[in-house]
Order: sequence, then C-alpha cells, then structure tokens
Amino acid sequence: MLNRVVASIQAIGHRTIDNIWRLGVASRFFAWVLLKSTTSFLRFGLVIREIYFVGVLSLIIILVSGLFVGMVLGLQGYETLQKYGSESAVGTLVALSLVRELGPVMAALLFASRAGSAITAEIGLMKATDQLAAMGMMAVDPIARVVAPRFWAGVISMPLLAAMFSVMGVFGGYLVTVVFIGVDNGSFWSQMQNAVDFRYDIVNGVIKSCFFGVAVTAIAVFEGFDAPPTAEGVSGATTRTVVTSSLVILGLDFVLTSFMFRGVS
Amino acid sequence: MTDNLIEIKNLAFSYGTRPILNNVNMAMSRGKVIAVMGGSGSGKTTLLRLIGGEIKPSAGYVKVADQIVHQLSRGDLFKLRRKMGMLFQFGALFTDISVFDNVAFQIREHTNLPESMIRDLVLMKLQAVGLRGAYNLMPAELSGGMARRVALARSIALDPMFIMYDEPFTGLDPISLSVICNLIRRLTDALGMISIVVTHDVQVSLKIVDYVYFLADGVIAAQGTPQEVKNSVAPFVHQFVHGEEDGPVPFHYSAQSYQKDLELENSVA
Repeated sequence: MLNRVVASIQAIGHRTIDNIWRLGVASRFFAWVLLKSTTSFLRFGLVIREIYFVGVLSLIIILVSGLFVGMVLGLQGYETLQKYGSESAVGTLVALSLVRELGPVMAALLFASRAGSAITAEIGLMKATDQLAAMGMMAVDPIARVVAPRFWAGVISMPLLAAMFSVMGVFGGYLVTVVFIGVDNGSFWSQMQNAVDFRYDIVNGVIKSCFFGVAVTAIAVFEGFDAPPTAEGVSGATTRTVVTSSLVILGLDFVLTSFMFRGVS
Repeated sequence: MTDNLIEIKNLAFSYGTRPILNNVNMAMSRGKVIAVMGGSGSGKTTLLRLIGGEIKPSAGYVKVADQIVHQLSRGDLFKLRRKMGMLFQFGALFTDISVFDNVAFQIREHTNLPESMIRDLVLMKLQAVGLRGAYNLMPAELSGGMARRVALARSIALDPMFIMYDEPFTGLDPISLSVICNLIRRLTDALGMISIVVTHDVQVSLKIVDYVYFLADGVIAAQGTPQEVKNSVAPFVHQFVHGEEDGPVPFHYSAQSYQKDLELENSVA
C-alpha cells in the first residue's frame, strides 16, 4: 500500500518535471523562432503563401460559423429582450457579444481546429519524412524557412479572421431580427452605433485575437517540430495542438477580459 | 593539407551511456566511392550524422576540407554544408513542390542566379539522372526509384565536394537499383567528388565502390578493396558478404533457455 502511494507521488513528480522541462524547451523554441524571423520579413512571399493556406482556406468555416452564431444570438437576444419591450437593443447585444468575446474566441477556437492542426500535421510529417533534416543538410535553417513563415502567417491571419467572424455575425443577427422578425432597421443600427465604442470594444477585441493568434500558432508549430517522427507521434501532436490551444484560448480570454473590461458600468 | 578531403580520427559517439561508435578512423579522397557496411544498429547512419555535423562526437573528430566539423560555428557549419550533399533513404523530397522546384530549391536559397539560368541548371541536373522529362511532376507522382533519382539531382545541384547516401538501394526494383548504382559511380567520376554509401546491399555495392569499411558494434571490424573483402576469411566479413544466417552475428536474439520459455524444464525433471 505504502509502495503504491510512493509510486503515485513519484509519477506525479516525474510528470511535473517533464512538463516544466517541455515548457522550457517550448520557450526556447519560441525565442528561436522570433530570432529567425528576419527571413520571413525579407522574403515576405513565404509568409503570403502560408497566409493563403492558414487564412484564406479557413475563411469558409469562419464565415459560415460567424453567420450562424450571429443568427442564433439575434434569435435568443430578441426572445429575451422583447419580454421587456427592448427588442430594438438586439443590435447592441449582438454586436457587443461578437466584437468583445465571441468573435475573437470562437474564431480562435475554429482557427486552432482548422489551421493549427494542419500546421502541426504538416511540420510533423515533414519531420517524419526527413524533409526538415534534408533542408538542414542543404544549409537551409528549417526554423527560418518552414516554421517562422507559418508562425507569422497565423499571427497575421487570426485578427483578420476574427474581424470577419464578427462582421458575418452582425450580418446574421441583422438577417434574423430585422429581415425575418421585423425589428426596426433604424433602431437596430443606431443603437448598435451608440453602444459600441471603437477603442474600447473593437480594438480590445482585435488585441485579444492577436494574443490568440500568437498562442495558437506558437503551440501548433512547436507541437509539429517536437512531434515524434512516427504516424502515432504526429497524430498525438495534432490532437495536443487542438486541446492545448483551446484551453489556452479560454484561459487567456479570461485574463485579457479581466484586464480590458474592468470597471464597465 | 592532406590529400584526404575527409578524415575521421578516433571518433567515438554514445547516446547517454550507450556507446554507438568507438575509435573509428577513416580517410577518404576525391573521386572515390566509399561503402560503409554493417548490420542494423551498427552506427552507420550515426556516422553520416557526425560527418554532416548534425550531432557532436564524444571523442575524436571529423575533419572535412581541413575543418573540424564539430568545432565550427552554426554559420560556418552551414557554409560547409553547402559543399555537402545528402541522399536520404526515401529521398526526402519536399512534397508540396514539383520536381523542378525541388532541384532548384538549394540554388534559389543560396545564389542570386536569374531564373533562366536556374532553369538551365535544373534541367542539366535532371538530364544527368535521366528525368528531364519529369520536371513538372509532383513527388507523389514518382516511383520510389524516380524519387531517389530526383533527390540525387537535388543533392548535386550545387556541385558538392561529397555526397552521403543513406541506404540508397533499399526497396528498389532491380532496374531502379542498377540505375541508382551506376549513377553514383558515374556522378562521382564526372564531378570528382566523394560518395559515401551507407548500405547493407553487399553484392550491388561491391560492383561500384573503391573501398569498403565494415562496422560492427560501433567499431571498424574490417576494411579493404572490394576484392579484399570478397576474399576475406574474417568470420564477420565472411558472414556478411555471403549472407550466412548464423555466425559472429547470431541468428537468435539473446534470450533465456528455450526449454524454460516453453516451461518444459519442470516437466522433464
């Protein structure tokens, strides 16, 4: 019995040390990616190409999800607000929910699933098939050539995707409440314009999505680069990217929100 | 300065406490095809990684063009690597770009040549491996033998001083095998470089190589010209060259007594 307890404590200790060690390796890797980013900016075509893969190809899922989230928000908001005769404030509800929270968070979660997993799988498979080693042997640094452009493409794409998510969400809310239900068009837009502050709401939402972009792509490129070069290793790394990114997005969102929206009246 | 472009002296390497290579000495000069043979896990690929500077030795050194590889800074190592070529076991072609772009990759990365000149250079390299007509194919459209020929064209793109081949004959049909084999010899002679071929395909490689090193348990068990190797009476070399099932390399992996494993000992008693 005592042995079993000791073994459990030892296992927890080993796992903790391993995770701290891995966090250290990830931090060093991240610093290395930043140091090796010069190539990405000198040859911006490399980043543009990756923006197409991680950003443009994520547009469909982002736009469609944004539209439906906005439609549901409009429907639910109208349902509650009309009880108090405030259905014209539904535009405010939809817009604030989207630009402050749902836009950045939902877009980041979708981005982690669609683009983060793809980045990890691609880099992991390049490692498993010796493509990264071959690049190194050709005197081309794989971190500068493969990792950094993907990282910056993710960082640039994320706020743009979040903005498009919010725009589509607002359109979805408009479609349901104004076009289908018949809420007054003028009230919908004017109340929204009055309530949504550019600096306080929109810019803060964009800042959030920038943080999410850095977190998701940093996790994705690290997991890919660190993946054991086997089929099982790559699949495990891909899963870890989605799970870790999602948890980090939600945790980071709480921290950022508590800093950004303190003292909201 | 010696005549040997590559000199390996008292080289040792271990993963943690597990020794992989011990006191390995080799010398290689231009225009030669050198084979490094040995069973799986004998340290052949580790040797290539040490020559390429991917890992550092625990003792001894690898000297390439009078530079000790593991003492070079990252920048100098990358400069040296521009003069090396490496052919990986399955080619390691970049799967998202065409055959043409694979061969052009290194030229574009390291030179400022105009695209028209790059095109000519790439087509010349592809012509040398007989695949000029496949320049616009994607790696997924190539057979295993073709992929390795493209990888060979890619590795000679910048006319290296030497090329390392990691198991270049694995999984090839007889025609592709013969093509790769002859290409290695022909390119070595034409470019005046060194080819270091890590392989266990004895009969094929002995036809084209100038010198053979046999690695066993991390040390050089034997070495010599192909003729010397064929005539060798050393038990390990004899077993390896003739593919004998049992010998210094045992057929059975070490295990406890067979009777004990089948639980027959007690019943006999």
